[in-house]
Amino acid sequence: MIDIYKSLVEIVGDEHVSTGKEELYFYARDPGLMPAHEPDYVVAPETTEEVQKIVKLANKEKIPIVPMGAGMSLTGLIIPLKGGIVIDLKRMRKILEVNEKARYAIVEGGTSQGALKAYLDRNYPNLRHSIPDAPPTVTIAANVAIHGQGRLTQQYGFNSDMVSGLEVVLPTGEIAKIGSCSMSPSWFSKGPTLPDLSGLFLGWLGTTGIMTKVGLKLYPKKKMRDVELFVTDREDLIPEILFRLTHTEMVEDITAWFQAKPLIFQGNHHVTLYITGDTDEELEFKRKMVWDSLKEFRDSKDGGFMWILPAMKPTFLDMPQRSVTTFADVKKGGGFEYSGPIALIEKYPVLARKLVELGAKFKVAYSGMARVIGRSHAMMFGIAFTFNRADPDMMERVRKALHEGITFAFDQGGIPWKPTVEEQKMAMERMDPNTLKLMKMIKENLDPNGIMNPGNWKVA
Amino acid sequence: MEYEEIVHRCFRCGYCKFTEDYHDINCPPYLKFGLDTYAAGGRMWLINAWLNHEIETSKHYAEILYLCNTCGNCKEHCVFTFKDDLLNIFEAAKAELVEKGLVPAAVKDYLQGIIANGNPYKEPQNKRGRWAEGTGIQPFSDQEFLFYVGDAGSYDESGKKMAVSVGSILSEGGLSIGILGSKEKCDGNDVKALGETGLFAKLAEENIRLFKEIGVKKIITLDPHAFNALTKEYPKLGGKFKVWHYTQVLAMLVKDKKIPLSGYELKVTYHDACYLGRHNEIYDPPREILSAIPGLVFAEMKRNRKNSLCCGGGGGNFMTDVSGLGKDSSSRIRVREALETGAEILAVACPICYKMLDDAVKEEGAEEKIRVQDIAEIVLQAVQS
Repeated sequence: MIDIYKSLVEIVGDEHVSTGKEELYFYARDPGLMPAHEPDYVVAPETTEEVQKIVKLANKEKIPIVPMGAGMSLTGLIIPLKGGIVIDLKRMRKILEVNEKARYAIVEGGTSQGALKAYLDRNYPNLRHSIPDAPPTVTIAANVAIHGQGRLTQQYGFNSDMVSGLEVVLPTGEIAKIGSCSMSPSWFSKGPTLPDLSGLFLGWLGTTGIMTKVGLKLYPKKKMRDVELFVTDREDLIPEILFRLTHTEMVEDITAWFQAKPLIFQGNHHVTLYITGDTDEELEFKRKMVWDSLKEFRDSKDGGFMWILPAMKPTFLDMPQRSVTTFADVKKGGGFEYSGPIALIEKYPVLARKLVELGAKFKVAYSGMARVIGRSHAMMFGIAFTFNRADPDMMERVRKALHEGITFAFDQGGIPWKPTVEEQKMAMERMDPNTLKLMKMIKENLDPNGIMNPGNWKVA
Repeated sequence: MEYEEIVHRCFRCGYCKFTEDYHDINCPPYLKFGLDTYAAGGRMWLINAWLNHEIETSKHYAEILYLCNTCGNCKEHCVFTFKDDLLNIFEAAKAELVEKGLVPAAVKDYLQGIIANGNPYKEPQNKRGRWAEGTGIQPFSDQEFLFYVGDAGSYDESGKKMAVSVGSILSEGGLSIGILGSKEKCDGNDVKALGETGLFAKLAEENIRLFKEIGVKKIITLDPHAFNALTKEYPKLGGKFKVWHYTQVLAMLVKDKKIPLSGYELKVTYHDACYLGRHNEIYDPPREILSAIPGLVFAEMKRNRKNSLCCGGGGGNFMTDVSGLGKDSSSRIRVREALETGAEILAVACPICYKMLDDAVKEEGAEEKIRVQDIAEIVLQAVQS
């Protein structure tokens, strides 16, 4: 019988493999609320070739593998439900190329969002990517694998829409190039005008292959960036406010949010919107367009722009926004989790009311945040609760609140984002049978031994 | 365990791994092993698991705790309000292992060396002042300043060279300095970082008593680790002295033109020692000294000041060597970063950094391209040239 540990050591070296209780404990869980399950091995490869060897070994021996970035989905997507090998990809963090004129970057599969931002800031100050507000350690590959969103999502769609090519190690160990890079040295298109195979991997939560390289579209970075905050106490007006703002095509990122604490925020809905420009004139022109677009609400006194204290501006302009992460310690307990259903923006009022209701019903602290996707094509509605990791009762109440929240969002026509295994099951129960059949066909053909992140997107 | 009410609050978000602008990983053990358990968030979750009896004390658990270099990058970049206690938590967790006698063998050896010999090098006490022979530097009697050299400056070859340079240049600048020689004791900074708080208290109290007995009022330290203990910990135990790191004093002497600088026509980069920089926010004096030298071209490394990458020697690791060298060791990464600047000299202000980086230059096979020099050594050459 083959010695798996020894084989893994031969592939990556003994410093980067562990069967230690400490690693098995840590990699059995994420910071969210899903039940832990230990892997049998943890391994941290540095190259595509090492990943390939690990996958071939696992496929031959029919050992489950779970690819992992920073593990910050908070919904347990990197928990090895069937044990096996967790492949921590963060040692693969080289930024391989930036094509300035074609505005794309090629990065290794464990490259963090923070590292790409810093690299661009230092070397290509006119370029940027759609950075999410998750901590900077989250990886670009994992983010597109879960259809993440970021600062440019209102303008350009999901971050996965901004992929311009992939290198994937398939569950059977072959390395596949996806997009223009399959026949050209350039990574400018993930599919078109070829058959778009990127859909076999994006959104599959690591169940169909391991992304070892990602091509990512970059966008112009303006010299100046500012923030405006529009406030109303009427949640029913938010869809129209967002619609009008997106109509201006003058705004970078738009989020609508509400929370009970601190008291200054209670009872109000806030729309944070960012404007950018290369000159004062450009910035002021955009600001005027934005203000004009909401004139009706200002005139009717249903809302108004709130003056942002200079001391508060850095918090808003931060990328990623540290304050999103510090929500985890509101209860001095180091935990939060959120479901992020994607829904129509017209559903904002009912979802917002439901979240407030859930907070009261389960006696948990909530935060609601909707990020506009595209020109009001949809929104990610974050149903977020903070909890104290040392308070099992509070954790259970948050679990229940989340379950009720996502069920409600599905009933409102929403679809799940980064769903827990339970939410995946709920989603599949509602899916068209032929869609499910197609998913099953794809999964079984790509992963005949069922080794890739088993338990996720598992079609019965 | 002390601080146990805080440990569960870590979100393991990973801000602590990075530099401020996130351009690279800045946690030495995590850089080397690439597994999350070796980063600050990993340690926090493991300590919490240990407190909750979800994991047992093990050799590997102890290794993970003792691989921390106490560099303070996590404390600098953590986004939570408990950030200032991160290193205290790690120290408390190590103290639990010390209490149970479950520290790694190399750590035990280090601590026993101090208990038995007064230093981790296991050298006799009477050798402490030998570095000063022939320098004209006298034992402390009624001089204005005590020049406190510490273990590395007394026994390590690089450290001794550094002690001679610093002692000589302080004398050249007209300062009245004296040393303790064979009366000097370990400052205990790294003993505390290793979790042996009882031994630290004993060392500190003995030092404080001695300093008071012989009338010490002002102290200049060679070693940033000693500077840290003397400025932050000794006052809590009644040891209130005026303390400077030698680069602070040297910067004043240079500014006041007490030291005649001729020239030093080389390209130099500077490595911030964690216990000088992040722990005590002394970033400018070494740079002011280098910038004042005619002909010297100064180049910053990508990671500098509060984002500096640790040499890997903190927390006793320069002696215990739990992490060892290897291409991903932070000392070797630091040397490669220094080479990127085109510098011919990698300047340091700490005997531990000196030793770690000097070894790393050899491991990198870069002796022909770059060499490690202490700031005082550079100044001496600038005086003599």
